Amino acid sequence: MSFVFFLLATLTVAGGLAAVLLKNTVHCALALTVAFAGLAFLFLNLDAQFAGFAQILVYIGAVAILVVFAILLTKGSETPKDGVFSHTWLTGLAIAAAVFAVLGWAVIETAPMLPKSTSVPIVTVAQIGNALMGRYVLPLEIVAVLLTAALIGAVIVAMHEKEGLE
Amino acid sequence: MTPLGDYLLVAALVFSIGLAGALTRRNAILVLIGIELMLNAANLNLIAFWRYGSHPHPDPLTGMMFAIFSIAVAAAEAAVGLGLVIFIHRHAKTTDLDQMHRMKG
Repeated sequence: MSFVFFLLATLTVAGGLAAVLLKNTVHCALALTVAFAGLAFLFLNLDAQFAGFAQILVYIGAVAILVVFAILLTKGSETPKDGVFSHTWLTGLAIAAAVFAVLGWAVIETAPMLPKSTSVPIVTVAQIGNALMGRYVLPLEIVAVLLTAALIGAVIVAMHEKEGLE
Repeated sequence: MTPLGDYLLVAALVFSIGLAGALTRRNAILVLIGIELMLNAANLNLIAFWRYGSHPHPDPLTGMMFAIFSIAVAAAEAAVGLGLVIFIHRHAKTTDLDQMHRMKG
């Protein structure tokens, strides 16, 4: 395990833990940004430059800001008096621990069979662009329609209700 | 060079943290944050398997494309989810999931 990987993994896991454990919701959103940044650096560490920068643009640039806006619009930054965790938190924690136990067991059991380090796949941005306009043009169009529909849907759902409907 | 198993373990850990957050927090926005963490952990798996796949591969872009489309779909999910939270907050004056018992307004 290289030092850089250890540093990035620690950053990501610490950010994720802080995002689900902190009391103040705004702090949670900022910790989430740290976790996203750690994941983006892990992508770069895996020689996936395009995915890493897409992660920074989409998650740190858009999703994190969207989360902060939603928190501020819903007054979510006020810490509730009766705790931030649901009354069924023990069950949720047990389920998550069980899932991690199963996943971790599966990874450790299969570790000797996993492929060892191979040559770096050569993928340039020009190749990605050509593939998006060629072989992957149909998924690209579907994602474009999905994003448009999601945008319009989000605006309609969150829009103020008309006077007559109330 | 870090072995593939270490990346998979980190992804499993992030996924479980996200799952724990989604299942235990009361604020609906924090539940969405947990779901985002889970989606990101899955993306890390996709990229790690792409990196450690056998190269030269007939189509070296497949795993990368999967991750890129997954990022785009996750962004759409976040937009709709947060829009719904804002709507529910306007309707029920709360984002506390323990106080939401019915879907009808």
